[in-house]
Amino acid sequence: MTALAGTGELVRLALRRDRVTLPLWLAVLGLMPALVANAYAGLYPTEALRAPLTAMVGSNPALAVLLGPAYDLSTPGGFTAWRVLGFLSVVTALLVIFTVTQNTRAEEETARHELLVSGVVGRHAPLTAAVVVATAAAAGAGLLATAALLAVGLPMPGSLAFGAALAGVGWVFTGIAAITAQLVAFGRTANGIATGVLGASFLLRGLGDASPRASWLSWLSPIGWAQQLRPFAQERWWVLALPVAATVLTLAVGYLLLAHRDAGAGILPQRLGRASAPPSLHSAFALAWRLHRGPLAGWTVGAALAGTAFGAVAIGVGDLITENPAMREIFRRMVDSTLVIEAFLAQIARMFGMVAAFYGVQAALRAHGEEVVTRVEPLLATTVTRWRFAASHLVFALAGTAVVLAAAGLAAGIAHGLRAGDVAGYAGRMLAATQVQLPAIWLVVGVAAALFGLVPRRISAAWAAAAGFVLLALLGPALNLDPLLVDVSPFSHVSQLPVADLAIAPLAWLTLIAVALLAVGLVAFRRRDIA
Amino acid sequence: MDDTNLAIAVTGLHKSFGRTRALDGLDLTVTQGEIHGFLGPNGSGKTTTIRVLLGLLKADAGTATLLGGDPWTDVASLHRRLAYVPGDVNLWPNLSGGEVIDLLGRLRGGLDTRRREQLIERFDLDPRKKGRTYSKGNRQKVAIIAALASNVELLLLDEPTAGLDPLMEATFRRTIEEEREQGRTVLLSSHILAEVEALCDRVSIIRGGKTVETGTLAELRHLTRTSITAELAGPADGLHTMADVHDLHVEGSRVRFDVETHSLDAALRQLTAIGVRSLVSQPPTLEELFLRHYTEETARANGKATTS
Repeated sequence: MTALAGTGELVRLALRRDRVTLPLWLAVLGLMPALVANAYAGLYPTEALRAPLTAMVGSNPALAVLLGPAYDLSTPGGFTAWRVLGFLSVVTALLVIFTVTQNTRAEEETARHELLVSGVVGRHAPLTAAVVVATAAAAGAGLLATAALLAVGLPMPGSLAFGAALAGVGWVFTGIAAITAQLVAFGRTANGIATGVLGASFLLRGLGDASPRASWLSWLSPIGWAQQLRPFAQERWWVLALPVAATVLTLAVGYLLLAHRDAGAGILPQRLGRASAPPSLHSAFALAWRLHRGPLAGWTVGAALAGTAFGAVAIGVGDLITENPAMREIFRRMVDSTLVIEAFLAQIARMFGMVAAFYGVQAALRAHGEEVVTRVEPLLATTVTRWRFAASHLVFALAGTAVVLAAAGLAAGIAHGLRAGDVAGYAGRMLAATQVQLPAIWLVVGVAAALFGLVPRRISAAWAAAAGFVLLALLGPALNLDPLLVDVSPFSHVSQLPVADLAIAPLAWLTLIAVALLAVGLVAFRRRDIA
Repeated sequence: MDDTNLAIAVTGLHKSFGRTRALDGLDLTVTQGEIHGFLGPNGSGKTTTIRVLLGLLKADAGTATLLGGDPWTDVASLHRRLAYVPGDVNLWPNLSGGEVIDLLGRLRGGLDTRRREQLIERFDLDPRKKGRTYSKGNRQKVAIIAALASNVELLLLDEPTAGLDPLMEATFRRTIEEEREQGRTVLLSSHILAEVEALCDRVSIIRGGKTVETGTLAELRHLTRTSITAELAGPADGLHTMADVHDLHVEGSRVRFDVETHSLDAALRQLTAIGVRSLVSQPPTLEELFLRHYTEETARANGKATTS
């Protein structure tokens, strides 16, 4: 098989490049379920507390839309599957998407690729190596999760199903990323399309899980399949056939597309551009706008769609919850309020804030990306100063997040307002509830900027910081963590509008720290060598 | 030399990256209006020097003056007066070549649109293609046109013709000749000796981060050896005692030797004293000149590697 020659070498190369980050991802994916299962006994020590959980949560579309269907919450395993499987599925999917793209399309964009394929590397070898690494990573995450769940004393069938569900999602998205890597000529675009499919999967199953009449929607989503396998709740093993079949199918399509395109080219044709620049393209900011407008538009449309979906189901948040003391307790931990619908709205505003932080990091890191591919050099050889160059990208990280959040907030507010009969009121309140997240996001962007200035080689730590802050704020309470530790996350200090009152002081502090971090990053960038 | 006449004045420049010493006391002087060849083996510090001159790197020690200013602090004002072509051009994937040319020109403070059209036609570039779809040579052309269509005093060119076909290389030479007539100063880093020979008024050869030779090509030739082959009337006496004669081979009445060019006169006098039947003298080619510097570098590096 000459088309596969060199695959082994490329697998080793990919593993070497990811030798630090890959184990970290796998550790988080593998250990998180066991930690939640372990915390269950502390949260719900008695049978009396556990028994009503399923009925109560199962009738709550708000939680279903965020986390997934609740099958059996009376056991630590069932609770864990409900609480983290959907979330960890998203993380696994992101891991394999980035892995496949990085080792195929993103690599093909560089001259390195030609160096490799001109050696003894077959035509199918790069894709095969990427698929091998990604499927192995997904399987590894599943195995680790299973082993860790067994280690904390959970039953074998459920632990196995949980691991298989996680690995299945990873495999399907490996296939999807294998397709998107062939469709377009740029790694960034390939990642964008694949994460768009992931976002749609999350949304589809959220809508399906929340509304009994449209429950078939969940079956269109790979994340839905993972949950429909029902780990720790009378596992339905036949569901595993779906991700396996989808993986085979998507991979086959990926290889078919690979066989029908030229190296370096995409399947979707490249259009010709204009022969001369429009008058508006005359500054570093104008260039940054050209580079950022595509991703920003994608994020804004995605945020508006997600906002509409969540806003539309908000009114269905069940009356049962207000009657149930244990449920109130869960909500109180998160949002300090018993106004359940508003608490739900506050919760999704918070979730949007956390997701938008990743857009902020992505936009901020673009400055570094431009430096790495040596596109910054010709730019800085003109009258563009370093300050202007860095600022032209950071402004999208800082203001672009405001746009994304506004789209999500307004869409959610209008969608809920239409059903609740108060469009203007809810639109305004949701806009405020989302915009108030900005100082926390700016702090994350500040961390990225500081890394960019001080230690550009370690810039990917910005992703880790964002993910760490989100995890702390999101799962900290469910894990019964020390409040001091949870307070490390900037997201723990944001006022939970519309239920809580606006507290200005914490927001001012967050903004101040963000400004300080940005200043450090910019000053350091002006003083350091350009890579 | 009058300092105000200097476009580039670099003395004792040092720059290290971690433990690697990229520049080790480099000197470089380029006068206004000259085309200066900047030569040296791969990794000898040419690109590092240019990046210091562009203010992209901060030198550890030494002084660098560019158009009378400090390349690290006077970035915006200096960059208005210069244009740069990198050795490895990477374009924005979603911008067309024409857009990149206009953008870089505008960011430099203006662009001669007539010159732009002329260069696009001359270099046979399709300006509507998007960044990623260009070949290496075409990406190089975009950078060259963007630089040459600007009205600037100084051009910093880092191996600008790498990737161009011979036809385009000839076009490039013609265009640089025009730049010379306009009175522009050019620092041309290149490996293509014919290009250097055709274009450059003076050259600097660097190796291991140090300048080893500077001067006009005639001056540099002078520093090397000429090969002599001669049929003599009598025994080849006295030649082997001359200090500047190397690799002397005597086969009967036939001698073959190399002589340092500044001692050529003395050697010939010695030969005519013996009596010359025939004589072939071979002046050093530029190629030999460079190869001597390049290989000495390799030999030195190899020697270091074995002794350390």
